[in-house]
This record gives sequence, structure tokens and C-alpha cells, in this order.
Amino acid sequence: MKPNPRGLAAVTGLLLLAVAVLTGCGKDAAAEDAPAEKATITVTDPWAKAAEKGMSAIFGSLVNHSTTDLAVVSATAEISPLELHEVVEQDGEMIMRPKEGGFAVAAGATHVLEPGGDHIMLMDLAAPLGPGDEIAVTLTLSDGSTVAFTAVVKDFSGADESYEPGMDHS
Amino acid sequence: MTKVSRRGLLLGGAVGAGAAAAGIAAGRSLVDGPEPPPEPVTVEAFHGPRQAGIATEPQAHGVFCALDLREGTDRDATARLMRLLSDDAARLTRGTAALADTEPELATSPARLTVTFGFGPGLYAAAGLASPVAALPGFAVDRLEARWSGGDLLVQICGDDALTVAHAQRMLVKDARAFASVRWTQRGFRAASGTKGTQRNILGQLDGTGNPAAGTSAFDTAVWRPDGSTTLVVRRIRAELDDWAAVDRTVREMSVGRRLDTGAPLTGLAEHDEPDFAARDELGIPVIHPSSHVRLARVGADDKRILRRPYNYDEGPSAEGKPDTGLIFASYQADVERQFTPIQRALSDADLLNKWVTPIGSAVFAVPPGCGEGGWVGEGVLG
Repeated sequence: MKPNPRGLAAVTGLLLLAVAVLTGCGKDAAAEDAPAEKATITVTDPWAKAAEKGMSAIFGSLVNHSTTDLAVVSATAEISPLELHEVVEQDGEMIMRPKEGGFAVAAGATHVLEPGGDHIMLMDLAAPLGPGDEIAVTLTLSDGSTVAFTAVVKDFSGADESYEPGMDHS
Repeated sequence: MTKVSRRGLLLGGAVGAGAAAAGIAAGRSLVDGPEPPPEPVTVEAFHGPRQAGIATEPQAHGVFCALDLREGTDRDATARLMRLLSDDAARLTRGTAALADTEPELATSPARLTVTFGFGPGLYAAAGLASPVAALPGFAVDRLEARWSGGDLLVQICGDDALTVAHAQRMLVKDARAFASVRWTQRGFRAASGTKGTQRNILGQLDGTGNPAAGTSAFDTAVWRPDGSTTLVVRRIRAELDDWAAVDRTVREMSVGRRLDTGAPLTGLAEHDEPDFAARDELGIPVIHPSSHVRLARVGADDKRILRRPYNYDEGPSAEGKPDTGLIFASYQADVERQFTPIQRALSDADLLNKWVTPIGSAVFAVPPGCGEGGWVGEGVLG
């Protein structure tokens, strides 16, 4: 595994980068990281928006294979603090804010994270996210279990409305 | 009045229309009609030991897009690029949207979409690797233009639906542009999907009669290396249609060595009759001219042959009505120097057809093996 060359300049971010950005992995992220035994929620087609610094977001589909209603209550990654966000209309404007109670996924249901909707927010990147980089993410579910997946980073020009600095996240 | 059931109406309507409607499958056991025709193949597998888009029956539309790696796109970055592009291609060719696809509805009709990647000498140089291919030597007939020549990474996108091809091109280029700039794009077309027999080129000639047939040992010998790789030469060949229009059929057929209507060699009756180069007319003159295209392009051994997979191009006439049209001559062969170059040299030196065709672009690419599910094209080179 080699660090992303672009990260070499960001000395402070280098260690984080080496852990978080897996450049040597060519396998299908969703398939590789799907829990083999107690498959409750899996993440299919995960991807993140490329960003030089600051904020970005992770998208994909949360699939609940179990017979129990579940929720994703938190998410972590080495490269950035993460928050679970929703986009809602408030006073005629689309704003994003942390989603109360996380992402609920009913038994057997799929919950889509997509630009303009619910997403996992990267709050403060420790290193640039370049196209083709990969981010290891761990979700914590409402039953206390965790789900790991890897999101591939892609160039994406949309989903900008949610990432304006100075946005009130409270 | 006979009472007609709603069910009967639905069934009758569906059968009458002969449509491949969903209702047919459920109702078929109730009717003694013929089996519906099999669904046409619309998905060409992306994954496999060899890349698709080579042995694949040529689709109606093709785009050849050559990219140049940006400064700083090294071996690791190129590997990331190829992972992204391979993932896009794998999804789009099976009729599903790519990740971050902003027009997912355009991905739902794969229309035999194939995406084929070729690596030019510049890609190997950027990765610090020795290139297995090099630019062709110059030929006397060449009038090459930089805007149609060279390139580090070729993306060949073929499909039976031009909109599907355009969407795939958009998605692939969008994901490539952080790593590479677009050097040239050549768009072409062939006979409509399902057209039987050898296609005609813009000069009106049957084009590809001499091709080895996919699935034969002749094809495998000509095209594939043992590891599943091959090479691709893309030549842009302008057709001088106004000059060609001034030539009568006899001269046209003499220069090609074949009948224009049937494609039969001048010594035969049917397209696939073997040309008899020894045959002479009553005056002792060879029936097939020794400098005809068919004579010069003909090589004996399978390991000297090439696979022509060309597309016609037409960029539209000028204000004066002068055509800008010709052939995107895509040639696949196991070894460029052993197979392509000798044929091109023979044609360049003597081909009677040279008067009406002009090579204006040239690029050479190594085509790495295909990849398995979850893998990526180029993993054996860059991984």
C-alpha cells in the first residue's frame, strides 16, 4: 500500500492518509466488506465526492437484510470526522443538518444516500480526496453492531449546496 | 352477443401484437402459438480473460477516444484511473448506471455496449515501464495530422445505440479528466445492427471480407497473445470521394481486385471465393492486378493476418459540398511489426487504391488482457 502522492505535502495528514486511503485495493468494495455471518446492513455502490480539503460526502445504498428495523446511528473514518446528514427545506431553502436518530432502515428495506438527500458528511478532511482514492468507513448500527465498507472517490460537480462553509450544523 | 372476458382480450391483444410483452410469458401455456423469438443479445460481457469489443460482432456505432495522461499521472495514479474506468465500463455494459452517474436512465439500454482500453507508449513511459508497442514507421502515403495521431490511453466505445455510446463516453471521460486530457475523438458508424453479411465502407466496397472469423483458430492466431492481450492500430483514412466519383467502375474494380456489387474477386463469382492471383486473361494479363488492394493486402499465414474492425466516419461536408469522410481503420493483431506493418508497407508502396484514400491519423496501442469480476483492466501492467 502506497500513500497518495498528493498527500505527501500534507505531512500531518500522511499517517492518517496511509491508513485511510487504500490505493492498492482493486476489489469490489461492497462485496469485500460485506459481513459474512450476521449480515444485517450492507452498503452497496458506495462512493464519495472528491475534494481538496474541507468537507465532502459519502453516498450509497444501505440495505437491511435482517428482519429487524435498524438504524445507522454513527459513522467513523480515519480521514475525517463524519456526521449523518439530511437535506431538508427550511424557509424556502434547501439546507442540510444532522439527521435526528440517524438513518432508519426498516427490515428488508433499502435506504438510499444520494446527492440532494441523506448522506454521510466528511466534516474536515485531513488530506485531499482524489478520484480513485478509497475511504474505509465504519458504521455503527442501532443494535450496537458495526458495518465496515470502502467508498471509492469520484469527481462529482453536483451536491455542492450542502457544503458551504459557515453553514450552521447545530 | 358473445361475452368476451377481460383476460381473453388481454391475451388476444398480446398475441395479435406479437410483442414480447410481459403478459405473453404468463399466458403462453394457454395459447398454441409459436414460441416467441429469443430476446436479442443486448449485453456483451465486460469481464473475461480477453477484453470485449474485439472478437465482438461489430456494433453499429463506435467512438475512439485517445487520452493523454496529465503531468504527474504516474503508475499509481494511472492504476487508480483504470480502476475507475473499469468499474464504469463493467456497470454500463451490463445496463446499470455508473457510480455517481448523473444520467442513470441513459444506462438502462446497454445495446451490446463494449468498452475496450488500449495503452499507448506514453502510458508505459509515465509508469516507468518499457512499452511493448511503438509508433508506426512513416509511410510514403501518410499525410498524418497531430490532431488524429498518438495518445497515451485509448478508450474504444462501441454499441448499437448511439445514445448509449454517447452516455458511456461522457461518463468515462468525466472520470478520466482528473488524470488525463482528451487528445482526439473519432466517431464512426457501420451498417445497422442485424445487417447480414460484410459491411460496406464509404467508398461502396465490401470491407472486411478477408477477416478471420471469430471463434476460429485463424482468428486466435492472428489476434491474441497467450496472455489474452493484443495490439490495436487506429488509422484515420480520408476518402477522396470527389476523385473516386470521377472513376468508372472498371478502374474501381481493377484497383480493388473485386467486384463492387458482390465483393467477389475478379477471378470468382462469390464474395468468399479465393482470389486466383495466377489467373490471366486471353492477352496474358493478370485478371487481378498485382497492385490491386486485394493482392497487396493478402498474406498467407494466419500469424501474418490482421483483424479489420473499422468504422466509417462522416464529419459533414464543407460549405462547398466537399465531403469530409472516410474510415477509422481499427486493426487488431497480436504483433504490430509482424502483421500490420508489412501489410501497410506493401499497400503504401503500390496500392492502386492510394489515389483515393489518404491516411491522416495514426496511433498504436497495446491492449492488455481483460479482467475478472472485481478486477480492472491493466492490473497486470500497473498493479
